Amino acid sequence: MAIRHRIVRSSGGGFDLRIPRSERNVLRELPDQLRLLLDEGDAQDPALQRLFPSAYPDDPVAAAEFDGFVRDDLTEQRMKAIGTMARTIDSAHLDEEEALAWLAAVNDLRLVLGIRLAVTEESEPEDFVGDEGTHGSYALYAYLSVLEEDIVEALSGRPPASP
Amino acid sequence: MAQTAPVETERPADEQDVTPDVPWIVIVWNDPINLMSYVVYVFQKLFGYPLEKATKLMLDVHHKGKAVVSEGARETCEFDVSRLHAHGLWATMQRSR
Repeated sequence: MAIRHRIVRSSGGGFDLRIPRSERNVLRELPDQLRLLLDEGDAQDPALQRLFPSAYPDDPVAAAEFDGFVRDDLTEQRMKAIGTMARTIDSAHLDEEEALAWLAAVNDLRLVLGIRLAVTEESEPEDFVGDEGTHGSYALYAYLSVLEEDIVEALSGRPPASP
Repeated sequence: MAQTAPVETERPADEQDVTPDVPWIVIVWNDPINLMSYVVYVFQKLFGYPLEKATKLMLDVHHKGKAVVSEGARETCEFDVSRLHAHGLWATMQRSR
């Protein structure tokens, strides 16, 4: 059976978004959660520290200076991508810019979930069967991994030849 | 462009830390979350590297724990680090020696 990709480059330009409604309803909740973290999260939150790493780990002064210089811009870029994902969550078609926004937002969501779950190189799905919350978060993380693979493949691929 | 009269200045005895021509390097560190395909995609997109080079760098990050992905003037490297951070990669910078 052919693997059904959730996003494919369209022959007419842009991308077809073939995500079932049930999955879209799960995705629908996510942009606001990420927005909340960026807006009101504690700067010491490991998830935020992962989204905004130190550029100079051995030089706190230079690191703070760099952070002050780029933080607002990076936050704005992230918010813009989140907004685009939220706006197009029910779309059947995405243009290039919208597809890039989906990639950025989905990748940020994976980073946040991965940090919350303390995913490591050695992690196995069985490690996350514990309570319902952990299990659900890991299922979502795994789903977003598949979705992101599809988005990367669609963006990397050449457009299909016109009929 | 404005120009001021040349001024004689005394050079510090130890110039090691202010030598302007020592380049900076940008390092991407391994993390357990980012997808390998995504990292390859980002290296291609940000630096225009061909697939082979982007893949090799990604594998270096994955197996050796880190890879130098770009180098140059401090400003160039800061720009690259900010773009890598925007894409969720764990990047730092330092002098090349």
